[in-house]
Amino acid sequence: MFYRLSGVHHANYVSDSRIFKVPADRNLAVFIFLIGLAAPFIIPSLYLNSYMLPWLIWTAAALGLNLVTGWAGQLHLGYAAVMAVGAYSAIHAARFGVPWEFALIIGGLTSSVIGSLFAFAALRVKGLYLALTTLAMQFVMDWVLTHSPAISGGSHASLQSPTLAFLGQDITSDTGFYYVAFGWCVLVTIFMLNLKRTGLGRALVAVREKDFAAAILGVNSFYYKILAFATSSFIAGVSGALLVATFFFLAAPEQFSVTVSIQVLAMVIVGGLGSVIGSYFGVALILLVPGLVNGLVVTVSEGLGMQINVETLAHIPNAVYGALIVIILLIEPLGLGKLYGNIRDYLMVWPFDQFKK
Amino acid sequence: MDWVFLSELAINGALTGLLYSLFAIGLVLIYKASSVPNLAQGGLTMVGAYVVLALSHDAGLPLWLAIPLAAVIMFGLGFGIERVALRRLAGRPVVMILMLTLGLDIFLRGITLAIWGGTSRSVDLGVSYEPLFLGDIFVSRIHLVGAGVALALFVAFMLFFRTRTGIKLRAIADDYMASWSVGISVERGVGLSWALASVVAVAAGVIWGEIQGVDQALSLLLLKGLTVAVLGGLDSILGAVIAGIILGVVENVGADFLDPLVGGGSRELIVAAVLILTVMIRPHGLFGRHDIERV
Repeated sequence: MFYRLSGVHHANYVSDSRIFKVPADRNLAVFIFLIGLAAPFIIPSLYLNSYMLPWLIWTAAALGLNLVTGWAGQLHLGYAAVMAVGAYSAIHAARFGVPWEFALIIGGLTSSVIGSLFAFAALRVKGLYLALTTLAMQFVMDWVLTHSPAISGGSHASLQSPTLAFLGQDITSDTGFYYVAFGWCVLVTIFMLNLKRTGLGRALVAVREKDFAAAILGVNSFYYKILAFATSSFIAGVSGALLVATFFFLAAPEQFSVTVSIQVLAMVIVGGLGSVIGSYFGVALILLVPGLVNGLVVTVSEGLGMQINVETLAHIPNAVYGALIVIILLIEPLGLGKLYGNIRDYLMVWPFDQFKK
Repeated sequence: MDWVFLSELAINGALTGLLYSLFAIGLVLIYKASSVPNLAQGGLTMVGAYVVLALSHDAGLPLWLAIPLAAVIMFGLGFGIERVALRRLAGRPVVMILMLTLGLDIFLRGITLAIWGGTSRSVDLGVSYEPLFLGDIFVSRIHLVGAGVALALFVAFMLFFRTRTGIKLRAIADDYMASWSVGISVERGVGLSWALASVVAVAAGVIWGEIQGVDQALSLLLLKGLTVAVLGGLDSILGAVIAGIILGVVENVGADFLDPLVGGGSRELIVAAVLILTVMIRPHGLFGRHDIERV
């Protein structure tokens, strides 16, 4: 808390290109990681299962979308469809008898292949038109899902996920599910944190800033756009599969509809484009706050002795969710990650503000 | 091939398509003035329909009074949305503006349903459901009325863009920096375009509400409206009308051929395919302006 930049002098490239350039940041990350490890022993299992677990898996998914939208700058409104591809192929593979480790990888790779189709739209158009094309592709995917009983188990049926097992161990307990989600989220986070240090990350940023200019500098924007879509689709596929395997237990087309695509994009943008920590905040806000507000409304109205229509109550979370997106964008268009960054930068040099570079 | 049946499909498709145009005109108005893709048009349409219902059914006003009054209220709402939300994000990357309008859409839908409930209600325009036969061809009266409204609005906007205010809006659409420098209030112009789009939303809401009932499904028109707007060129009102007719015919006739093959529900697929093909082959649409990007 007290002048955390004290004694931080980067004298060579290796130290300047560390993930955490300031020890305080690294200590905070380690601390949060330890809390995450200990969470099953601290947090009651109800909260662990209904809040922490979806939060972590959605964060992994949002980080994947952040890769393509935040880093590579390509709008993507069909992300849920890509998650669906991964979820369905992984579950079909698992039902077929493939061990879960490989089923997840199969899910991820299938998503990569299908998700790369979206990249071909990105090669032709960008910005608004790309968003509309991916939106239309989402509708096509939805249609294929609901109209092919072989994949979805019929339009009204749903697909049961087999028991999750890793290395021959069946995973059935809440704690087990939590650790699977936690492990995946940590993996994706480490990948994303390292991205900005690699040539890949820099190339993606160059493509985002201006793809023509990047091409002139010798960055093959065709290749990197496809790579960005394929990588993010892999993350989407595995996240989708894990979401079904550890949280929903049943795969149904509605779980991956267009509203879900919009929701993930909202998480990424509210969190902040290109911000890893922001994605955590964004997911928490979009996923958890509408429910909390609804609970608050119920408590307050009961406390005041007011009678609120059931239908009204059912729609308040949606209104709150929309309002949250609008309010955050109006307060800070760069998202919660930027707000966090401002606070961090202030505390970093406090109380010696005059030393700020 | 049964030509009477085919022409019936085509004519009804064209009428439905004009109703899509009615929706798309709102999108085009806003895009024309401010290059903002208004994904909240579905939400606005829903609010428009519910305001008409609230005035006519709940407050007991006659429809001829309720609809203009709703138009006035929505005019104010459109201005307000632009003033409070859109203006502060002007000049930001398109991804944030897209998200803002999506957020607005979700908010408008949620708040409307929270206030008025989600059960489907009818507007009761008083248009009879008696089938109308032109020769051997069956035509739905309400679709005919809706198509008339769409064409009337189109003519009205064509005339409006010849007035002094309309010319200002066209100037803003052309180059807002230049408009600024000659003393046109760009902010007010963009606000006006939002207000007009909200008024169009009332018309679309009433007609569509009469056809399929006033409920959440009104906001699902968005994909079709977007497809029409993109096909016609996002900044051309004439394009929206013509593209509406094209999409309506293609959808109606195509669904008739495809439905037996794929087991029904191919309309969504056709609309999505038209959108993808338009963007891939001719992103600026039939009548839109082709923007040249500079590095």
